[in-house]
Amino acid sequence: MPDGISRRAFLAGTGAALAATSLGAFGFGALESAQAAAIRPFKLTGTIETRNTCPYCAVACGVILYAKPAAETRGKRSIMYIDGDPDHPTNRGTLCPKGAALLNFVGSPDRLTVPRYRAPGAKEFKEVSWDWALDRVARNFKEDRDKNLITTNAGGATVNRWITTGFLAASATTNEAAWLTYKVVRGMGVLAFDNQARV
Amino acid sequence: MTNLWTDIRSTDLVIVMGGNAAEAHPCGFKWVTRAKAERGAKLIVVDPRFTRTAAVADYYAPIRPGTDITFLLGLIKYCIDNNKVQWDYVKPYTNAAFVVKAGYSFKDGLFSGYDPAKRIYDRSTWDYEIGPDGYAVVDETLTSPRCVWNLLKEHVAAYTPEMVERICGTPKAKFLHVAAMVGEMSAPDKAMTSMYALGWTQHSYGAQNIRTMAMLQLVLGNIGLRGGGVNALRGHSNIQGLTDLGLMSELIPGYLGMPHDNEKDLQTYLKTRGFKPLRPDQISYWKNYPNFMVSFLKAMWGEAATKDNDYHYDWIPKLDKPMYDMMQAFELMAHGKMNGYVCQGFNPLLSGPNRAKVTTGLSKLKFLVVMDPLDTETANFWQNHGEYNNVDPAEIATEVIQLPTTCFAEDEGSLTNSGRWLQWHWAGGDPPGQAKADAWIMAQIHLRMKALYQKEGGKLPEPILNLDWQYKVPANPTPDELAREMNGKALAPVADPADPTKILVAKGKQLPSFAFLRADGSTACGCWIYSGCYTEAGNMMARRDNTNVGDANVYPKWAFSWPVNRRILYNRASCDLTGKPWDPTRKIIWWNGKLWTGYDVPDMLPTANPEKVMPFIMDAEGTARLWVRGLMVDGPFPTHYEPFEAPVVNVLAPRIRGNPASRVFADDLAEFGDAKEFPIVGTSYRLTEHFHFWTKHDRVNAMLQPEFFVEISEQLAKEKRIANGSWVRVWSRRGSIKAVACVTKRLQPFTIEGRTVHMVGIPLHWGFMGLTHKGFGPNSLTPVVGDANVETPEFKAFLLDIEPTTPPAGFHGA
Repeated sequence: MPDGISRRAFLAGTGAALAATSLGAFGFGALESAQAAAIRPFKLTGTIETRNTCPYCAVACGVILYAKPAAETRGKRSIMYIDGDPDHPTNRGTLCPKGAALLNFVGSPDRLTVPRYRAPGAKEFKEVSWDWALDRVARNFKEDRDKNLITTNAGGATVNRWITTGFLAASATTNEAAWLTYKVVRGMGVLAFDNQARV
Repeated sequence: MTNLWTDIRSTDLVIVMGGNAAEAHPCGFKWVTRAKAERGAKLIVVDPRFTRTAAVADYYAPIRPGTDITFLLGLIKYCIDNNKVQWDYVKPYTNAAFVVKAGYSFKDGLFSGYDPAKRIYDRSTWDYEIGPDGYAVVDETLTSPRCVWNLLKEHVAAYTPEMVERICGTPKAKFLHVAAMVGEMSAPDKAMTSMYALGWTQHSYGAQNIRTMAMLQLVLGNIGLRGGGVNALRGHSNIQGLTDLGLMSELIPGYLGMPHDNEKDLQTYLKTRGFKPLRPDQISYWKNYPNFMVSFLKAMWGEAATKDNDYHYDWIPKLDKPMYDMMQAFELMAHGKMNGYVCQGFNPLLSGPNRAKVTTGLSKLKFLVVMDPLDTETANFWQNHGEYNNVDPAEIATEVIQLPTTCFAEDEGSLTNSGRWLQWHWAGGDPPGQAKADAWIMAQIHLRMKALYQKEGGKLPEPILNLDWQYKVPANPTPDELAREMNGKALAPVADPADPTKILVAKGKQLPSFAFLRADGSTACGCWIYSGCYTEAGNMMARRDNTNVGDANVYPKWAFSWPVNRRILYNRASCDLTGKPWDPTRKIIWWNGKLWTGYDVPDMLPTANPEKVMPFIMDAEGTARLWVRGLMVDGPFPTHYEPFEAPVVNVLAPRIRGNPASRVFADDLAEFGDAKEFPIVGTSYRLTEHFHFWTKHDRVNAMLQPEFFVEISEQLAKEKRIANGSWVRVWSRRGSIKAVACVTKRLQPFTIEGRTVHMVGIPLHWGFMGLTHKGFGPNSLTPVVGDANVETPEFKAFLLDIEPTTPPAGFHGA
């Protein structure tokens, strides 16, 4: 359901067939084909529709993402239109001034596309590979954890806490990503672990 | 939300206090206008500003920032004095009749047990009298002076309409108009809904603001009903989900508590979490806590967690202070006690209080990791942006690793909305460049750490090496796999406790709900309250049947609502003691003589006798609480406190500054301003054209609201000789910002204690990155102090001053 079906394309196709039949019956076949040739195809024709929800506030309005197939856009499926989902019980197709402009968020010129590193004292970021960046994160974590993890407190009780590295979790990642984040972060013993609920 | 967005359609009266839904939650607010159009519902707005919500209200009353408790206790007093109480609800369904034990008292703004040196209470006197039968003593006649109802009457006596006017600056006549409208909602067939947001939470007594409304709603008998409830309008699309999942320093998924230093083993930890019923026949559902906790530990460490090793309770880090919230983290950083920090989709440089302290903290880190779809201010905190970020990169030795992530449109999974709906979404496009999903990044970090510990050894490698990781492709756990893990499954056959020969769930199967969780290691479940979201019937969060069953506006077949697909919490309280709906035209569940049934999942055991088993099954009392025992750190009743930075002293308790139970760090205390130096109240808020700090990266929204401004009244403008559209400097003890002044009638000064109190309104959304003009936000000015219970910073009421000025150097704006 979410993927690969274009409801509007399907409806558009059905409508066109009906019109052709009735107009044809009245003998306007040539006129109709001339008119059809002059009309720019509906811009959402042939797009892939995907159900999603707005990432902003917690009303969580339903949205529909329309994308050109990867084959038409240099190998990447790119979203070219976003609209409210008329089937959604809460927003019933409407969107606010933020939701209505979501396409410009997805395609913002400020989207990050490569991992970057800023060395101590440096004036600029430099681009790095994912492997380098992730190894660096893991190495930093391990060094700090090995040095500062507190296994027992002054009274001798097992406490296994790591309080010299903290983690501020997101507010718009999925529950599934959040659960995995919880496992990984708590599994290392981090206590300074928070999300944006407090601000 | 106790209820849900579409349920607002069923209400008779909406009260918006501590929020501005028309501006900040427009598509949810449509249900307010629908209720007005369809049912003749009324809308009351009580707010320091004449907001966009106020513009469509039936009645608007102004209130000075930070004085909501006084207003609400005034409403409760009005209802009691004028017999606007739904007695058939209050008597059986609240703890009004419970008798409080000797020793509890309230005097001069303080409850019994206060330790001024530590700023904490010894809460041992805040409890019920326990009878010889082991149950709490109740006085159904409500005559005992120690019963909760009489203590409440005594507690609210000070909050007269005159006192409301004196503290809140709300004219008495306006307060009484609101009170009369609210009082009508005590009729059994009337329902009021409360909609609030950060305007209530961002105070040093934020949790008590909300509690006071909950108490009012109980007095009116409005909790559990269609069109009723206390409804938090959450700000981010999945802030509810991340909180449910326990991504907070003191939480384990499903609102279980992180253990403390003195809880040495699982048995000790569970001993204080027995939740024995306080009255006969009551359910006290939290008594299942061990099932939730052990199943969580099994989800963390799988086969490594066994009965013999306490399910590796020892691998859960133990707290040595109540919490390690963000303000605590930045306090540690500022004192050089933290080395590393990760910001996953979070921009604390702009969203934390006292930006100067945040910058100091980040500058003392060894490393900062930022995961974000956008280029945030936090990731660039070390860059010089003139007046907007005046730092010297050469002096900042923090290394920064910036990791590009996907956004909603490129990721699959569920988000939990304000109404507790877990809605599944699918990826519609490919991510730009090399951006990666958060789950992939977290898996990579884990696997690389694991490899390092395997190769090199190190301190306590076991919790990392044994983290349950049974994903088909270990480097890339799928949303489907993770959702199944949150829901939980049977690791061994789960038998019926009443008949052990009867197997309810076979080994390896997804659990139908948390009712099947066990404390013997036979089940694993990541987050018990989410159990039921992904069962053997499939992914319930992906359901898309929008049938309006019973025209009850709760859409039970759409997505999944926690817990157990229940749409309205406490819905048992929508019926009287015999199980009949208070309002037959607005029924949601009912007792059919044998069973609870209806349009929603009953918040009750299906066969529970309506006259014996009371509706609030999570509470050991079986009732709701007008008085909360020792469950909140700052008092069993709410009471009036001023913000830490207030224009006047607390008239009810002149010696008390702020919330006496709030944590205050010494450096921050020294940075509080007083009313002599800073006579004007500052408050911060959001605009409909922007979402926090995200949409300034979006061309359309950047054009709609391109430039930072502050709002002031015409009176203040005249006093300070500030012209509309001219530049002003606004400063507090902690910082100074420049903005364009918007002079408006929508802000009006207050008269408090015979003098004029002005206010400056500061919207949130600008920074030094993005497509708008550069600007400041309010948080260069805000104080570092938070709510005593949950440490939400006091962003809504602080002190500042304002004067005309020149544009910032290099400003090329409009």
